[in-house]
Amino acid sequence: MNAPSHGAPRTGRPPRASLSALTEREDVTYGRAYDRRVVRRLAAHLAPYRGKLLLGVGAVLLHTVTQLAIPLVIKNAIDQTLAAGTESLAATIAIFAAIMLLNGSASYVQDLVVGRTAETVLRDLRRSMFAHLQRVPMAFFDKTQVGRLMSRLQGDVGALQEFLENSVLSVGELVLLFGIAGVLLWLDLWLGLLTLSVVPALFQVRVLWLPAARRAFLRSRESSAIVNGALAENINGVRTVQAMRRESVNFDLFEERARENLSAQLWSITLAQIIVPIVDALTGVAMAIVVVIGGTFVLDGRIELGVMVASMFYVQRFFDPIRALTSQYSVMQRAMASGERIFEVIDVPVAIADRPGAVELDGADASVTLEDVRFGYEPGLPVLHGVSIAIKPGETVALVGPTGSGKTSIAALVHGFYEACAGRVRVGGRDVRDVTQASLGRMVGMVPQEPFLFTGTILDNIVYARPDATRAEAEAAAQAVGAHAFIARLPLGYDTPLEQRGLNLSLGQRQLLSFARALVADTPILVLDEATASIDSFTERAIQQALARLLKGRTGIVIAHRLATIRNADRIIVLRDGHVAETGTHDELLRAEGLYAALYAMNFASFDDLPEDVAKRAVSARAAS
Amino acid sequence: MNVSAAETVDLSRDHPRPLGGGPDEDARVLWRVARLSLRYPWRTGMGLASALAAAGFQVLVPQYFGQAVDHAHRLLGADGRAEAESALLITALMLLGASLARGLFTMAHNYLGEDVGQRIGYALRLQYYEKLQRLSFAFHDRVHSGDLMTRGMLDLEGVRMFVNTVLMRAALLVFLIGLGAALVLSSHLQLGLLSLSYAPFVAWRTSIVHLTLRRSWLLLQEKLSVVSRIMEENMGGVRVVRAFAAQPHEMAKFDQASDAALALAKRRIGSRVRESTAMSLAFYGAMGLVLWFGGQAVLAGEISIGKLAEILAFMTILQTPVRQIGLLINGSSRAATCGARLFEVLDLPSEVADRPGAAALRPGIGVLRFEDVSFTYPGQARPALDGVSLEVRPGHALGIVGPPGSGKSTIAHLIPRFYDPTAGRITLDGQDIKWVTLASLRHAVGVVQQDAFLFKAPIDANIAYGDPWADRARIADASGAAQLHDFVARLPHGYDTLVGERGVSLSGGQRQRLTIARTVLLAPSVVVFDDSTASVDAATESRIHAAIKALAKTRAVVIISHRLGTLMRADEIVFLDGGRIVERGSHAELMAAGGRYQALFDLQAHGR
Repeated sequence: MNAPSHGAPRTGRPPRASLSALTEREDVTYGRAYDRRVVRRLAAHLAPYRGKLLLGVGAVLLHTVTQLAIPLVIKNAIDQTLAAGTESLAATIAIFAAIMLLNGSASYVQDLVVGRTAETVLRDLRRSMFAHLQRVPMAFFDKTQVGRLMSRLQGDVGALQEFLENSVLSVGELVLLFGIAGVLLWLDLWLGLLTLSVVPALFQVRVLWLPAARRAFLRSRESSAIVNGALAENINGVRTVQAMRRESVNFDLFEERARENLSAQLWSITLAQIIVPIVDALTGVAMAIVVVIGGTFVLDGRIELGVMVASMFYVQRFFDPIRALTSQYSVMQRAMASGERIFEVIDVPVAIADRPGAVELDGADASVTLEDVRFGYEPGLPVLHGVSIAIKPGETVALVGPTGSGKTSIAALVHGFYEACAGRVRVGGRDVRDVTQASLGRMVGMVPQEPFLFTGTILDNIVYARPDATRAEAEAAAQAVGAHAFIARLPLGYDTPLEQRGLNLSLGQRQLLSFARALVADTPILVLDEATASIDSFTERAIQQALARLLKGRTGIVIAHRLATIRNADRIIVLRDGHVAETGTHDELLRAEGLYAALYAMNFASFDDLPEDVAKRAVSARAAS
Repeated sequence: MNVSAAETVDLSRDHPRPLGGGPDEDARVLWRVARLSLRYPWRTGMGLASALAAAGFQVLVPQYFGQAVDHAHRLLGADGRAEAESALLITALMLLGASLARGLFTMAHNYLGEDVGQRIGYALRLQYYEKLQRLSFAFHDRVHSGDLMTRGMLDLEGVRMFVNTVLMRAALLVFLIGLGAALVLSSHLQLGLLSLSYAPFVAWRTSIVHLTLRRSWLLLQEKLSVVSRIMEENMGGVRVVRAFAAQPHEMAKFDQASDAALALAKRRIGSRVRESTAMSLAFYGAMGLVLWFGGQAVLAGEISIGKLAEILAFMTILQTPVRQIGLLINGSSRAATCGARLFEVLDLPSEVADRPGAAALRPGIGVLRFEDVSFTYPGQARPALDGVSLEVRPGHALGIVGPPGSGKSTIAHLIPRFYDPTAGRITLDGQDIKWVTLASLRHAVGVVQQDAFLFKAPIDANIAYGDPWADRARIADASGAAQLHDFVARLPHGYDTLVGERGVSLSGGQRQRLTIARTVLLAPSVVVFDDSTASVDAATESRIHAAIKALAKTRAVVIISHRLGTLMRADEIVFLDGGRIVERGSHAELMAAGGRYQALFDLQAHGR
């Protein structure tokens, strides 16, 4: 890279310009079309609907048989009409009417039962996945992105819908295919054999065509995903695009992508359409065979005219079951892959469950004790190396320390999200492993660093932890944390719906709602992860006051970032490298001239997430002076 | 076909305009879409011609079929065997030929319809992309990006598909039904009418059904999205859910939503199945009538048996197309909705553009002045800025601080002319920025934005975003000035490391510094740091300080922040409140004055 850049020509494709490359490959894997394990698991979910499924299959079979019968009725009508007179015609019409009624009812039952059962089974599957996710260990969520889980809950479950519906109907298609062949052979063996000779060719064409077509379809889907990705990127980054004047460069790049997409689409249309004349030609061949051979047979008196007519009707239906069955193959491949992913989630073991004999915490004792606790998220990577802390009921303790010192892990352990590898975490004097999850939830409340609100009204969110709380209780809580004023100013007050998890509120307002929620939960112990710099200093005063009200009369464990919070705590615990480095009040720690004093001397506005190297520098600077 | 309120977002808040204003509006939109296909007259014409030919051959097939039956029947037992055989052979060949021709023309018709649709989609996509790039910040503030994506993806598809799923298919249907009806009616009026008797009923039902199914489909999507949202929030907020032991509450929410969706899905299936059964019965009823009266006509010698077979075959051929009339109605309704939404954006005027007669900015040293500037956001009553006067020169740093809503960020938006002031003027080197070209202005002014946007691209391309011709040396220089180089150099792939969605994730501070590098690379004479809500950790803050300090030596720098640590070293600091400057001076002066600045400083630095 030594070319003088300013003189470089600025035409053509800019060397460093790119537009959203395809990074998200489709999760479609074309694997086996039949996976015994997946089918067996799925069958277990179908078992409760066995009766309905049998009814559905019965209806499908009946429907297929009546469809097969129609050309035969026409054949009869023709032959009888020619032979006898009006009377037998009337009989034929009566039979036709009966068959039609059967056909109609069968198709009604079939579509209704199959469709509704499939929807119900999907609901069940989604529900059992969701219910299971409520009980998997927290570590699972640390490792798995919500987006990926959502695609399993939606995309994969959706892929099974196609499979469930089509599978039952495929039974009908299969019967139809063999039925047509059987009837043709039964009508006349030789005519039937000759006519059926095109079927293998139809199959062959379809089988040869399918892989190429599938590739083209995949490419067309990918290329439209690329184009849409590029559009999305430009919409989201439009401020940067305009500020950097990238409009025309981006337009050229986008045009390139759009052109690629156009050609991919046109190619996939070509492939989709190319099969039409081939199938029509083969159908034409079959019809020609019926006309020439059938006609000759009629002339010979070997078959009746009706047989020829019926054969023509059958020939025109050849391709439908073949198309349905070959596409069912790819539906099955997709479904097996999806099924595997779904059951993978359902199979994640449930780690923390209530132990047999778990007791209810009664809430009388609001102390928290850690006894020589060792803990790590990954084996071999310990985060806490023997931490012992005793927090008295009603005491507010500030946890302070650089990133990775173990503050968040301590909070998570108190909530019972994880199990300590060694040592004991006690809440209310009881080991958290020996108490029920529900009673622990009533004992230890939470205010997360980023306020997490749910879609619903403001009221719904405030009473989230206690849905039975009254409106008056909610308003009192909002009053106490200073949220009432802004809520009352909203046109709908407490019934204001929160859009997109409360993005229609400011961060400070969401924080106050999160406080109100914790206040309504009214837990004797509160774990509070203080918001970092994202809160405006002006809102901070209101937050500080709310904080004081919230912690009043409770045991508080505060992961503190702000000086004001730290100074107001009864005790400060300074963590470093998974150890308790210092503990004491603000003044005591300043006198001790340790890590805390060193950090304070660096005059940072906040203690939020100091990297370890800053801590090191602070200590060495302190030591040097 | 009114557009439901949920589907539309009012784009022009100042001039609200009803959308989807009834049949007239729908017809106008559809006509506009149809006109798009006239841009490809040759392809469209060939497509229509193919439709006619395909319909013709389609109708011929049952005719030849009937002929073959008649040949076989007429000559049954007669002497001219050779004659009969050759007649059969000829009919068979005709049948084969007609079948093949039908296939070829069907292919051509389908292909050309899709082809024209795809080309229209391509053109619209480019037009839409370009339009969004040229619309102002004010527009993008107002309209949610998800909504714009929906318009650019789903609505564009709805418009594109109109050509092949509605226009082309409608042509084929008209030809097919017209030719076929003419044929059967001319051969036997009574039977012809009977064979078509089901069509009006089916056409009517299918149109109604498709419209109601579409409505209920939209409703179902809404219900399903509630289910998704509950699941997504549950997982996103898993810690809150578990901390409050709210799993039973969450399951109840889920069950309520998913049962509602299931009930609706079942109702939909019910009405769909009922209607399709009714339509099948209508069809088969008509067939039964044809068999009954046709059989009698054959017995009476009125028509040949081949004719009867032909009419029956014709009925089976028409069954599917008649049912597709519902798709046409559905497609038109969708295209009208989608078209209205898409054209609404395409028809918007670009709000901030070069004025007629705007000249390129004459290069100067970079003196920026605000002269009594006021600004009110469109649709707001209270001004965001109210008579603000400022001046910054090269080597001089101006700090701006104030509570949220005080107008800090508005200043950052006015300098590169993302908006125009409502009163007063902004000059750069003595030239009113209203009268210079946007390109030259934005070349001279660099804004480091608070929400650093990363593109899915390597780091070097992200830094060189504003000048994609920049070479690696310049990129490394800019990144060095922004205190980012050391970090990048430590990455295994260095400047080729992919960032964005699935790439390496950068911390807030690293993103911030990347945006600084992006701006530095363009060597603007004025740099604006909009840091009003950014969250960076304390150590990063000191690195960013260093970057700003280096820049401020040669350029005019404006720093907008709520953290005093960032701007206490600025040459002048203004304290904004309610769009007005309430305090101004250096850090020392403001501290001595003992006003709001000093109070804020005490809170931030000492926790008091």
